[in-house]
Amino acid sequence: MGLPLMMERSSDNNNNNVVELSRVAVSDTHGEDSPYFAGWKAYDENPYDETHNPSGVIQMGLAENQVSFDLLETYLEKKNPEGSMWGSKGAPGFRENALFQDYHGLKTFRQAMASFMEQIRGGKARFDPDRIVLTAGATAANELLTFILADPNDALLVPTPYYPGFDRDLRWRTGVKIVPIHCDSSNHFQITPEALESAYQTARDANIRVRGVLITNPSNPLGATVQKKVLEDLLDFCVRKNIHLVSDEIYSGSVFHASEFTSVAEIVENIDDVSVKERVHIVYSLSKDLGLPGFRVGTIYSYNDHVVRTARRMSSFTLVSSQTQHMLASMLSDVEFTEKYIRINRERLRTRYETIVEGLKKAGIECLKGNAGLFCWMNLGFLLEKKTKEGELQLWDVILKELKLNISPGSSCHCSEFGWFRVCFANMSENTLEIALKRIHEFMDRRRRF
Amino acid sequence: MRLIVPLRGVIQGRGGLFVGSLIPCCLFYFLQLYLKRRRPPPSDPTELPRTSSLSNLFSRGNSIGRVRVSSRAVPVAKPSDSPYYIGLERVKTDPYDRITNTDGIMQLGLAESTLCFDLLQRWMSENLMDSIMQSDDGEFDISSIAMYKPFEGLLELRVAFADFMSRIMGGNVSFDPSNMVITAGGTPAMEVLAFCLADHGNAFLIPTPYYPGFDRDIKFRTGVELIPVHCRSSDNFTVTVSALEQALNQARKRGSKVSGILFSNPSNPVGNILSRETLHDILRFAQEKNIHVISDEIFAGSVYGDKEFVSMAEIAELGEFDKSRVHIIYGLSKDLSIPGFRAGLIYSFHEDVVNAAKKLMRFSSMSVPVQRILISLLSDVRFIEEYMKAHKQRIRDKHIRFVEGLKQLGIPCAESGGGLYCWVDMRSLLTSYSEKGELELFEKLLTVAKINATPGTACYCIEPGWFRCCFTALADEDIPVTMERIRQLAESSKS
Repeated sequence: MGLPLMMERSSDNNNNNVVELSRVAVSDTHGEDSPYFAGWKAYDENPYDETHNPSGVIQMGLAENQVSFDLLETYLEKKNPEGSMWGSKGAPGFRENALFQDYHGLKTFRQAMASFMEQIRGGKARFDPDRIVLTAGATAANELLTFILADPNDALLVPTPYYPGFDRDLRWRTGVKIVPIHCDSSNHFQITPEALESAYQTARDANIRVRGVLITNPSNPLGATVQKKVLEDLLDFCVRKNIHLVSDEIYSGSVFHASEFTSVAEIVENIDDVSVKERVHIVYSLSKDLGLPGFRVGTIYSYNDHVVRTARRMSSFTLVSSQTQHMLASMLSDVEFTEKYIRINRERLRTRYETIVEGLKKAGIECLKGNAGLFCWMNLGFLLEKKTKEGELQLWDVILKELKLNISPGSSCHCSEFGWFRVCFANMSENTLEIALKRIHEFMDRRRRF
Repeated sequence: MRLIVPLRGVIQGRGGLFVGSLIPCCLFYFLQLYLKRRRPPPSDPTELPRTSSLSNLFSRGNSIGRVRVSSRAVPVAKPSDSPYYIGLERVKTDPYDRITNTDGIMQLGLAESTLCFDLLQRWMSENLMDSIMQSDDGEFDISSIAMYKPFEGLLELRVAFADFMSRIMGGNVSFDPSNMVITAGGTPAMEVLAFCLADHGNAFLIPTPYYPGFDRDIKFRTGVELIPVHCRSSDNFTVTVSALEQALNQARKRGSKVSGILFSNPSNPVGNILSRETLHDILRFAQEKNIHVISDEIFAGSVYGDKEFVSMAEIAELGEFDKSRVHIIYGLSKDLSIPGFRAGLIYSFHEDVVNAAKKLMRFSSMSVPVQRILISLLSDVRFIEEYMKAHKQRIRDKHIRFVEGLKQLGIPCAESGGGLYCWVDMRSLLTSYSEKGELELFEKLLTVAKINATPGTACYCIEPGWFRCCFTALADEDIPVTMERIRQLAESSKS
């Protein structure tokens, strides 16, 4: 009988063990072990290719816009004699680009972004280039804003279903929590004042301080714009609770009919009271509307001077290369091009959407009535034996393994109703979309027979 | 009845001290309890009553509370009180120009080189467009630059960087592309490593004097502290194990948990090249204490002295110590003069750190068109060799001129072998040998001599009187101008 060994854990681990990593490094808040990402792995291992691998997995879980690539290609080739657009010749030339690392960002580029954002909103709101803070993508913009608006253990209210990446982007390094605002199909998943109040109360009951509401408009994964009345209610709610309102509008240029989109900027446009305006912040990026996710261009537009100043300084951690800014400044200021691009892009997305929704309807599958984005919100609830998360994931697994389609289950978007799936349609050719629909038809046929 | 009688007694002043005080206290307590129950549920003190419409709310002239930012955001927007930033801001208001503003402030506070710009410009004009627009079959394919690519950087870029780094670090060490994560500049590389290696409230030991930017890069959002390890002019400001030991012990006594050691090599602001022995000692120390080592080698290609540069990677590869504790930061802002491109990287021997950093790169990744340019640039071995040779030569020449000019004024510099600056001993110009005296000299340099040099205080140097002077943005003609201004200042301070 001996005394138990007392392992003395000295304050700096003086026993030559493996060196420690931080909580951030070992945390799984990055969420990459979830089904949302597991599907991607399956795709990586067996990717569909029209010629070389026609029975491979079709990636319908990535919201990427390739439908208007040809417009960009033509523009870049034509309007780019001797690479002048890239800044290799002439002034402002390479030298300025190479040395420029000011976190204010190139003025010409900010002006171009402001102008582009105004165009998308049909001129219904004005954007001041000095309120634009550049970040390396919208992911960085959302994280940056979260750092600025909330302290660790505070919360942001986010309506469900929401983009799965938010769990990581808003929470991982920031230590901030997400409290869901539950929405359901009874009213097309719109945010109601009751749902807002309930989410707020849930946070308060758990002694969590709410710092803001973050919405995506148009919504991901719903593929639908937020109604003007809802936006007004939201702002009203934020004013009453004295919290912030962040509107992630990265799909604003992907609304099929421009008139159906109301930006929070339009609501704020008519307000003079600074104490109301200064709680509103908009996130935008060129990844979806312009189909340039590889460029890593995002922006925070804030009506709050303090937030603009702070965000600018913090953007040192996520600057857009001056070369990229320079390249895009001339493209985005070319109003003739952008007007044409926006218009054609909308039409093509609308056509795609109609194709997929019609195709699904013929297979007996309904979708939420959408009007924007690169995806549709499909309802397979009727196929579930049990309307539970497990039931949904089982169905998702079948679709992945049997149909070889990677789509995103609603549970990964925190949807409170089971059986909904997000299906992306803009990251593939029309042929591929047809193949995907064919697979779904065949699956539904098989099911009907049994 | 039972309650009322004693109450009456209290009111009438009878009942003694105990009853006289107890009963009113109890009553008061019960009154509060009663009122609390009646009060509406607790809510935000600034919450306003619900109204039916937004316009109604505003028209009623309600005073709406100002919405607040997080407490961690507050210090970020404050104007900096560090002379490092103050100096940089002042130059912006009145920058020296050889032709248009000969009385302007000479910028010696920014460690950037434009000495080989002509070479870079020529390469870009010949190759930039092709490097972005060309894909394998010669046709322009926008998907090669537009689409999502792995956030940690294209494999071809990591391969090109691995080769480049090996080349500029003397060819004695090879780098494995799978240990590498590409970042949008050295700043996020530093921050991401801090996030991965230390928790909020932990600390890194850092030899002084150190680059003032580290305060922001590390402390802003991670909450990691920097504990200075003071170095002295007697050692030419080289860190010693005994100083590290002392700093670590003091930290422990204070209850601080030290997660690692961070240092720059070549060092900034002194310009030391750390010897093989010193690097070895640092790694052994880290092994003994079971902490990390972060080597910021961003000036590795800007070595002009006789001493050869040795990367910490080389020491790690010796296999004597657990190399998973070794992490390196690199970037192209200094060696290749393209800070605007935002090209940096983390190189780590720890698989989990690489994996975590890869995932964190979604917040700071390099744009794909820029990656394509760099693949082309870094793989052009002939150009790189020509460039690096010229780069080192031109820094060396400039360094000699600058140091000689100061020597003529009786102002010595610390020994240095790398970087884009020198560590100047201006103790003879101090009116008092103190931090105050140094800051006064800084102010005089800025306003009278119109020179922005970074004072040692901004770099946490324990000995007053030292200034970092970056000379690589100076044309040869600017040097005598600078020296003359210093000479005049020296004369006036003598009188």
